[in-house]
Amino acid sequence: MISLAGRDILHSWGKFVLTGIGLGLLIGATLTMAGVYRGMVDDARVLLTNSGADIWVVQKDTQGPYAEASSIRDDVYRGLLGMPGVAQAANVTYLTMQVRHGARESRSMVVGFEPGQPGEPGYLVAGRRLVRSHYEAIADVKTGFRLGDRIRIRRHDYEVVGLTQRMVSSGGDPMVFIPLKDAQEAQFLKDNDAIIADRARTAANPALNRPGVPGLLDAVTASQTINHSVNAVLVKVGAGDTAETVAQEIRRWKHLQAYTREQMEEILIAKLIATSAKQIGMFLAILTIVSAAIVAFIIYTMTLGKIREIAVLKLIGTRNRTIAGMILQQALGLGLIGFVVGKISATLWAPAFPKYVLLETADAMRALAIVMLVCALASTLAIRAALKVDPATAIGG
Amino acid sequence: MDEGIHIEGLSKRYGAGDTAVDALKDVNMRIAPGEVVGLVGPSGSGKTTLLKCLGAVIEPTRGRMILGGEVIYDSEQGGWKTKDLRALRRDRIGFIFQAPYLIPFLDVTDNVALLPMLAGRANGTSRVRALELLQALDVAHRAKAQPSELSGGEQQRVSIARALANQPPVILADEPTAPLDSQRALAVVRILNQMASQYQTAIIVVTHDEKIIPTFKRIYHIRDGRTVEEPGEGREIS
Ligand SMILES: Nc1ncnc2c1ncn2[C@@H]1O[C@H](COP(=O)(O)OP(=O)(O)OP(=O)(O)O)[C@@H](O)[C@H]1O
Ligand SMILES: [Mg+2]
Repeated sequence: MISLAGRDILHSWGKFVLTGIGLGLLIGATLTMAGVYRGMVDDARVLLTNSGADIWVVQKDTQGPYAEASSIRDDVYRGLLGMPGVAQAANVTYLTMQVRHGARESRSMVVGFEPGQPGEPGYLVAGRRLVRSHYEAIADVKTGFRLGDRIRIRRHDYEVVGLTQRMVSSGGDPMVFIPLKDAQEAQFLKDNDAIIADRARTAANPALNRPGVPGLLDAVTASQTINHSVNAVLVKVGAGDTAETVAQEIRRWKHLQAYTREQMEEILIAKLIATSAKQIGMFLAILTIVSAAIVAFIIYTMTLGKIREIAVLKLIGTRNRTIAGMILQQALGLGLIGFVVGKISATLWAPAFPKYVLLETADAMRALAIVMLVCALASTLAIRAALKVDPATAIGG
Repeated sequence: MDEGIHIEGLSKRYGAGDTAVDALKDVNMRIAPGEVVGLVGPSGSGKTTLLKCLGAVIEPTRGRMILGGEVIYDSEQGGWKTKDLRALRRDRIGFIFQAPYLIPFLDVTDNVALLPMLAGRANGTSRVRALELLQALDVAHRAKAQPSELSGGEQQRVSIARALANQPPVILADEPTAPLDSQRALAVVRILNQMASQYQTAIIVVTHDEKIIPTFKRIYHIRDGRTVEEPGEGREIS
């Protein structure tokens, strides 16, 4: 027996491929949506891994530093270093802002860190680590900055000396790493006019500018321009200690919140990107329904166009099974073409997306199974129509 | 028992009650193997209904039908002799329609070979059989073409080859010459006569076509659901 479905597909090749491409672009969009979600999750994981920390210590009752604002004193880390199980502890700051390079601006997360400590970018794709304690920066390649670029953060210029990659915030903003002290200042720095206005205001305050206490005004002004807070302390646990026990100790003794790597991942993935995930889930559901409707409609129309042939086939003795099989195979064929086109197009356009799109083979396989299932279901409408065709209609009136 | 077609006391009622239509009342026919008979009658007289009964796509109300020496329907004995009417049609009845109705996505050979294939024969054997028939019908040179690439006459010859493909004892032809001019119409009738005697097939040709009516040796007139047999002119086709 020959394959009726195959012959029909070969016969109306053009129509089939065009429809398949249309369906494929839709499937491509679906795969990309899934990839966007996977990319977000992966970004979060890579971010945590690359920061090189085992424990994130943040302000009590906050879920910082990525999900909520957190502020702690910058001398807290010393106390932590004295605790058993803590091998390294370092301050970090995070501040999302516009970073300028010439006329270009990049929305970035500026990270303040101490070289050689947790929080330093994991590896560089170009350039070197920071060696001077001021005005050098390492940028994620997604910022578009290049080695040697002079970028402006608040009032100071920084030279890009190194490039890293896969360091983006949960909002998708690429990171720029600068020395901690600079970052603390940048968080606090106001423009010159604001500083002058502030100083004038301090000077005008009789409590702070007492004639009998020389030097008080200067001390107050100095303390106002120094920022003594950071967003988090990253802790590295020594060999032989588990992050969870050390984190428990920190929570118990320091009136601080401490998250292990697993808890941080939970916050980033389950809480921070949960809404986006639901959003994407809705999209996926709608795209699946739309694809199903399209396949059903196309296969149905194709079948209606063959009613006469189906009547003749039935009259000359073709079994219902054969006819149903023909329609089902065509639907699956269409799905297969669509899937291939979708996979190729998603792979082609994924790198052009501003955020990381991670196309997983397992997702593709799942999508293939769903496409096939959806096509099979969608073909039932056409199959029912075909099975209802009366062979008597082949014999004229 | 008789070979060919044998119909006794066949009737068909559509619907029931007040709206019932007695399309066939008392049809009696007997066609020998190798014979071609005409079936003519005014519009609404029941020609199509008769073809559908014979073609095993609708069930008669009463009567008996014998094809190739076997009872296929007997209202006295529970109706159809087989449940599998598709197999009955596939193996024992050839169909020729007003238009060729070839399957557009199969080439000429496979349009004919499809029938033996449906009956479970191997593709190779089926195609050999198809080519023999295409040869006999003088379209073998177009064997690899798509139906849409054939002339109307060629298409109709392919459809005749398809009707013959499973060597059925009976072929039912429904207005096979209606769209053809007189020369082509006569050519089709000549082919049907040839095939009938070559393959010992009984052929019923339903027709209105004045051009071909004189060629039949025997004609059944159907009027108001009843058949009357008349001798035809049996004119030779030049
Ligand atoms: N499915 C049906 N239901 C009810 N009545 C029908 C049905 N099919 C045919 N009839 C009636 O049966 C009678 C015979 O119809 P049939 O189609 O057999 O005529 P015909 O000889 O083929 O006519 P024509 O030459 O116009 O095709 C007509 O009165 C028709 O209205
Ligand atoms: Mg009719």
